[in-house]
Amino acid sequence: MEIYDIVVIGGGPAGMAAAVAARQMGIEKILLIERDRELGGILQQCIHNGFGLHNFKEDLTGPEFSERYIQRIEELDIPCKLDTMGLSITKNREVVFVNSREGLKTVKARAIVLAMGCRERARGAVNIPGSRPAGVFTAGTAQRLINIEGYMVGKKIMMLGTGDIGLIMARRLTLEGSNVIAVLARKPYPGGLMRNVVQCLYDYDIPLMLQHTIVEILGKDRVRGVLVARTDENSLPIPGTEELYECDTLILSVGLIPENELSLSAGIELDRRTGGPIVNESRETRVPGIFACGNVVHVHDLVDFVVEESEMAGKGAARFVQRSVECADASIALLPGRGLKYVVPQRVTAANVEDGLDLFLRVNRVYGPSYIEVKDGRESIKKVKRPHMSPGEMERVRINRRNIEKMKGSDLIVEAVGVEG
Amino acid sequence: MFDVAVVGAGVIGTLIARELSRYRLEVALLDRSNDVANGSTKANSGIIHAGYDAAPGSNKAKFNVLGNPLFDELCDHLDVQFNRIGSLAVAFSERERTTVEQLYERGKMNGVEGLRIIEREELQALEPNLNDTAVCALHAPQAGIIDPWEIAIAAAENAAENGVEVFLNFPVEDIDRRAGSFRIIAQDGEIGARCVINCAGVFADQIHGMVAAPSYEITPRKGQYFVLDKSAGDLVNHVIFQCPTEAGKGVLVTRSVHGNLLVGPDAQEIEDKENLSTTRDRLDFVRRSAGKISKEIPFNEVVRSFSGLRATPSTQDFVIEESKEARGFIDVAGIESPGLTAAPAIAHYIRDLLIEIRGGLEKKKDFNPLRRRVIRFMELPDERKNELIRKDPRYGRIICRCEHITEAAIVDAIHRKVGASTVDGVKKRVRPGMGRCQGGFCEPQVLKILARELNKSVTEIVKNERDSYILTGSTKCSGIGGQIHGDL
Amino acid sequence: MNEIQREIICIVCPTGCRINVSGDDPQALSITGSECKRGKEYALKEITDPRRTLITTVQLNHGRLRRLPVRTNVEIPKRSIFPCMEVVNRTEVEAPVEVGQVIISDILGTGADIVATRSMTRV
Repeated sequence: MEIYDIVVIGGGPAGMAAAVAARQMGIEKILLIERDRELGGILQQCIHNGFGLHNFKEDLTGPEFSERYIQRIEELDIPCKLDTMGLSITKNREVVFVNSREGLKTVKARAIVLAMGCRERARGAVNIPGSRPAGVFTAGTAQRLINIEGYMVGKKIMMLGTGDIGLIMARRLTLEGSNVIAVLARKPYPGGLMRNVVQCLYDYDIPLMLQHTIVEILGKDRVRGVLVARTDENSLPIPGTEELYECDTLILSVGLIPENELSLSAGIELDRRTGGPIVNESRETRVPGIFACGNVVHVHDLVDFVVEESEMAGKGAARFVQRSVECADASIALLPGRGLKYVVPQRVTAANVEDGLDLFLRVNRVYGPSYIEVKDGRESIKKVKRPHMSPGEMERVRINRRNIEKMKGSDLIVEAVGVEG
Repeated sequence: MFDVAVVGAGVIGTLIARELSRYRLEVALLDRSNDVANGSTKANSGIIHAGYDAAPGSNKAKFNVLGNPLFDELCDHLDVQFNRIGSLAVAFSERERTTVEQLYERGKMNGVEGLRIIEREELQALEPNLNDTAVCALHAPQAGIIDPWEIAIAAAENAAENGVEVFLNFPVEDIDRRAGSFRIIAQDGEIGARCVINCAGVFADQIHGMVAAPSYEITPRKGQYFVLDKSAGDLVNHVIFQCPTEAGKGVLVTRSVHGNLLVGPDAQEIEDKENLSTTRDRLDFVRRSAGKISKEIPFNEVVRSFSGLRATPSTQDFVIEESKEARGFIDVAGIESPGLTAAPAIAHYIRDLLIEIRGGLEKKKDFNPLRRRVIRFMELPDERKNELIRKDPRYGRIICRCEHITEAAIVDAIHRKVGASTVDGVKKRVRPGMGRCQGGFCEPQVLKILARELNKSVTEIVKNERDSYILTGSTKCSGIGGQIHGDL
Repeated sequence: MNEIQREIICIVCPTGCRINVSGDDPQALSITGSECKRGKEYALKEITDPRRTLITTVQLNHGRLRRLPVRTNVEIPKRSIFPCMEVVNRTEVEAPVEVGQVIISDILGTGADIVATRSMTRV
C-alpha cells in the first residue's frame, strides 16, 4: 500500500492552501484528491468578485483566486488526482478513493487534511409543503447550471433566503435576463452582507421582503406560483397572511451544512453547533493526525479566513508528520456561552499556543453596540467592543498566550453581550 | 390488434403484464404518464403485509396472504431489494390490547402463520426506542419492506424483454367496444385489444365507465409522509404499526429498504384525483401521531416529504372480476392497501381468469423470468469493483456522492428496456437525488448524462412528466434589456 | 441639474451608515450621516458617478466548458451594465484562453476591458 506523508481530501481553496502550507514546511509526499475535473472547488462557480482582499490585497473573482492557488500547486509540484472521489477514511489514516483510471485504491497517510467543504440545505430540510414540480433549485445548484454549464433555470424567479449566495444569484439571474420578482427573508434583517443587498437587490430594483416566507409551492409539472406569508417574531408564518405570487422558479438559499460523511467514516467527533469536527488550535480533530479546515469545519463568509485556517491545518499536519509537536490531548475547552452560536477552535493545548490564539465565532442574533468577552470562570480575560454584530458575519477575537497560561479553570467561555443605551 | 391491453403501469399492471408475457400473447401495457410507476405505486409505505388486518373472506385478505410468500422468488428473479424485517402492531394502552388480540384472531382466520403477541419486556428489548407506553404487540415475522416503484420498474423491464409493448404518455380517453374487441383511444393514438385489464388506480372507475355502467366508485384518499435521513434508519428494527382505526392502519414508522426512516401516512379523503400536494396541517398531524410510537424520531433529519393517493373503492374491497356487461374487460380496481402485497397473487389470478376466458394459454418457450442483474457497485468486493472499472471506466466515476452511485449505473438504467428518460426516472431506478443533498450536487451531472445518452439537448430533459422542464434555455439569450436602478 | 435628496447605505465597511446626500449644486452637496471620510467619498460617487464591476460569462467554443467567466477590469458606469451585457452576449471566444486575456477592449467606450477570469485549454 502506498504511503503518503499527507493526504488532502478536497481541492478547493481550503485543500489547496493546506497542501501549499504543508509543502512549504518541507513535507515531501503529499497527495490531494478532488472529485471534480479541476481544482478550485466552489470558487469555480463563484464568478463574482470580493475574494482575496486580505490574501492578495486585490479584489478578485472566485476563478481568479482559485487560479492563483492552482499555479502555486503546480509550481510546488504537488500531485493531485482529479475526478477522484474519497469514499472512506479510517482512524488509522487509511484513505479509500476511486476514479476511472486507477479504480479503487487504498493509501496510507501519516496525516490527513479534510477539506470537503459543505452542501446546501434543500427543500425537504425546510419543509415547504405543496406540490413537487420542476423549477425548485437551491442557489448553488442554479449557480453551477448558469455559470459553469451555461443554462438558464427560469424566467420569473422567487427566492427564499437572503444569504450571500442568494443575493449574488438574484443579480446573476437578472443580468442573464430573468425577472427576479422578490427575495424573501424570514427574519427582520437580511442574512448576507449589506454590500450585497445594495449591489444585488437595490441596484436592480429587486424587492427585498423581510419577515416573509414561503408556505406552499404550486404547480403540477413546473412551478407556477408560491404562497407567501408574513412571519412573526419567531420567524414562523402567520396564518391568514398568505398571498399568491406567480412565478416559474423557486430558488432556495436557506443554509449550508458542512459535508462530513467522510469524517463520520473515521469516527471523528463533530460539534453539533458547527456541523463540523471538533478541532484544536492547529485544526486537528479528536482523531490524532486527522486535520480539517475550511467549510467542512464551519461555514465561512470570506475565503481569506478559509485560507488562514487551512494554512494552520497544513502546518499542523506537517508538524504532526515531522513529530515536532506534542501530541498531547487538547486540555482546554472553548465553550460558546450567552449570545454565541459557536466558537472555533473548540479545544486548545496550552503548550502549543505560540504568541496568541485566534478565536472565530458567530453570534446567534443581531447585536448593535456590544462586546465579546472571554471568561475564565467568572474572570474576564478579554473583552473587545463591537459596533455591530450579526450571525451572517464571522467575528474574530485574539487571546494571548499569557491569558492561557494564567488560567485557573479548564474551560474558557466566550459570550456576546449587548450594550444598553 | 393486441390480445391483451393492460391499462395502468403501476405495480399491479406491470406484474400482470409480466405474468402474461410468459404466454403466447400480444400484450400492450399502457400508461398516461411519462414513466411507469408514476402513480400510487410511487408514493406508499412500501410494506409487504402479513395479512392479519384485512377482513376475513375478503379479496384483500385472500390476495394478501397468497401474495406475501411470493416476494422472495419474485424479488430474486427481478433483482429487487426486499427485506423481511417483520412487523409489530403495538398497543399503547391496555385498552388497545383488545385490538391487538382481535388482529391476532383475524390473522389466524386469514391463514397467517407465525403470529405472536409479545409482551412489554420482550417488546422493549426488540425496540428500545418505542415509547414506554407500549404494553404489547402483535409480531408478524413475514412482514417486509420494499421500494414499491423498484419492483414495478423491474417487472416492466422484464415484461418488455419478454415481448410486452409499452405505451407511455397514453392517457386513455375513450374505449370503443365492438364485437369481440376494444378500440382504446388516446389523444395521440389508439390501439386495439381483445381483452382489457383495468389497472388504472385512482382512475379505474373512469376507465370502467367507458365500457360499462358504473358498478363502483374510486375515492382518492391522500396519505402524506416524511422521509428521514439514513442516520435515523435504525431507530426501529421492524415495521411499527399503531392500532388501526376506521380511518385505516394509521401512521406507522419503519425503516425503508435503503435505510431511510419513513414516517406516515395520514388518511384524507379528497376530490381532485390529481392533487398530490403535501400540506402543513396534515404533516403536523403525521408528526404528532408518530409521537405516539416514539418520542425519539429525529424530525430535524427530515430530507423530504411526499404524498400519495390510495384508490379507495366504494365496495370496500378489491374489485377483481370480468365485467358482465362488457365481456373481455377485467377490472382490477380499488387496489388500496394491501395492494402491493397482493400484487403478485393478483397477477396469477388474472392469468387464471384469462385461461378461463380464452380456453387456455400457450406458454412461451423462451420466456426469461430473470431480469439482468443490477450492479450494486458499492456492495461488491474490491477486486470485482476494479475489474468492472477496468472494463468500463464509468464505474470509476461517482456521480451521486450521497449514495455513491456510479456513472455506469446511471447509463445502464437509461438503456434498459423501459429505461429512464427523465431525472425522476433515473432517481427511481438508481437513486441519485434520494440522498441528503436531494440532487443538489448530482442533478446537473444527471442532466448531462441523460442528454448525452438519449442524444438530446440538456434543455430537453424533464424532471418527470413531459411538461416538467428544468432548464429554460442557454444563457446568452437575446432580449435582456433590463433596467438598473438609478439610471439617470 | 435636479434637486437631489437621497439616502445611501454605505458599503465601505460593515457598519453601513445611512448617509444623506442633498442639494442642487453638484459641487456643493450636503453629505450627512457618515462616520468617516471614505463613507463621504463613497456617497458622493454614488450620487454623481455610480460605477460597478460587471461580472458575467461569455460563450466559449472548443473549451472543456461552454462558458468562460469574465469581468470588467475596472468599474463601469451603472447605466452601461445592460448595454455591455448585450455586447458580451453576442461575443464568442475560442479556447485556449489565459486568465487576464482581454476579450473585448474598451467595451462601449467605457475605458474598461472585458477580461477572462480563468484559463481554459482547448479540447
